[in-house]
Amino acid sequence: MSPRGRPGLPAWRIALYAWCGLVFFFLMMPLVIVFPLSFSSSPYLQFPPPGWSLRWYVAYVNDTAWIDATLRSVKIAVSTTVLATVLGTMLAFGLVRGRYPGKALVNQVSLMPLIVPGIIYSIAAYSLFAQVKMIGDWRAIVLGHAVHAIPYVVIVVGAALRTYDEAYELAAMSLGAGRLRAIWRVTLPQIRPALVSAMFLAFISSFDELVVAMFLGGSNMTLPKKMFDNILNEIDPTIAAVSVLQVVLVSLLLVVVSRFGAGAKPVG
Amino acid sequence: MTAIAAGARSARTPWRGWRAHVLAALFTAPALLFLLLFFLWPVLRLLSLSVEGGSLAPYQKALTDGLYVQVLFNTALIAAYVSAVCLALGYPVAYFLANAREPWVTIGIVFVLLPFWTSILVRTYAWMVLLGRNGVINRLLLETGLIAAPLPLLNNLTGVLIGMVHVLLPYMIFPLYAVMRRVDPGLLSAAEGLGAPGWQVFRRVYLPLTLPGVLAGVTLVFILSIGFFITPALLGGGKVIMIAVLIESQVRQFLAWDFAAALSVVLLAMTLLVYFGLRRLFRGDLQWG
Repeated sequence: MSPRGRPGLPAWRIALYAWCGLVFFFLMMPLVIVFPLSFSSSPYLQFPPPGWSLRWYVAYVNDTAWIDATLRSVKIAVSTTVLATVLGTMLAFGLVRGRYPGKALVNQVSLMPLIVPGIIYSIAAYSLFAQVKMIGDWRAIVLGHAVHAIPYVVIVVGAALRTYDEAYELAAMSLGAGRLRAIWRVTLPQIRPALVSAMFLAFISSFDELVVAMFLGGSNMTLPKKMFDNILNEIDPTIAAVSVLQVVLVSLLLVVVSRFGAGAKPVG
Repeated sequence: MTAIAAGARSARTPWRGWRAHVLAALFTAPALLFLLLFFLWPVLRLLSLSVEGGSLAPYQKALTDGLYVQVLFNTALIAAYVSAVCLALGYPVAYFLANAREPWVTIGIVFVLLPFWTSILVRTYAWMVLLGRNGVINRLLLETGLIAAPLPLLNNLTGVLIGMVHVLLPYMIFPLYAVMRRVDPGLLSAAEGLGAPGWQVFRRVYLPLTLPGVLAGVTLVFILSIGFFITPALLGGGKVIMIAVLIESQVRQFLAWDFAAALSVVLLAMTLLVYFGLRRLFRGDLQWG
């Protein structure tokens, strides 16, 4: 089963490797192409670039609209991560450990935000927050993003809790710790990899989200909304520089999560 | 060892006693209230707008007006195309990932995960650069003399399909990979040992064993496709109208909330039909993650 070429490699295997190579090329090409573009010296989308410069990174840093949007997105994503991790972890405990009528229904409700299309939720939230005059308020976006992030936290933390050996917690309790103290001091540190992964999922799902932010943000743009507007109106390579920064950020986060997290894949 | 065995048995033991019930309820309540207040309630309120006037006129418009029927049909067709292409691209890749040796598995998984985690806007922008009239691909093909005039790759169905397949391919690969990793290689050897040719081993043994993964992947990709907004809005150039794009414009441009609500009900019904229909058919083999 080694992909290394061997004499007598069957034809279907060669075809398989070629096919996979093409698919990997297709998947990576858009990520790779933004790197040379972002270092272009030309204001037009020329490829290959006529010369190299850092001017689009300078343009990004000096443009307060871009920086405001970035900071706003970071603020929203961090708040979403905290809110969704706390609520989602508690819910996961309740769902895995508790036994009460209607638990199956609660489980369904907690996963439903993944099934309901984003556009439906976005306009529903828009009409709700418009009524309480919260359009343009960054906290409204946090609430909307947390709705989408909670299911991820429930899935990842719930999976860890199902395989967690509760004997450790019981041991701590038999040594005199209360239930909550045992969870806080014994259980949570042991499922830390799942918590790290859950936080990563929550952060990225908020940081990349466009449609909810588009409806709830008003004129206060998040980074994805600013990118969306720029793509529609004026394509200049500043957006390539922003893209490179995002690809680098995600790669770094992935390295961190693969060191400290678990189950960073949605299935597996 | 006894402690571990006992622990394994107790790992799924629910909390006992009335205090434990109270505790479980207290743990569940905040998130449940949050989801009821900020998710379920607004969504139900929106859906109810579709019948607010006491008539079914918005539904009649959505389901009989030729223009809108066409949008619904196009949406389902695009979702079917995307699912089929993702399956064709993803099945061999998942097989490779499930059977290759290190370091190839890790490298392959990184090549799937890195795009998966990259912002959809970054990727959509990159596709516009690649596929445009003066884009990278057309330049390359023109300069090498393979084509005489630029190919229309952007602002049409081709562009939307390429962009959507790129976003959704990982959703096909992950469930396939999860199922393929659990296939017992002994079964394949047994079939070969009994004299089945390679094609028969695949068709009679491997494909049926991996079918749950295929169905999970297709369901997931189809459901996500029919609700897609960003990619058709940016790569379709206003020519590819999918139902989510239509809902957005009804709210933003025309403030036609009752019609947007009726379209939302139709979209949600399509989604749930596919989700529960396939899940029922295959007895909960679908893996969401």
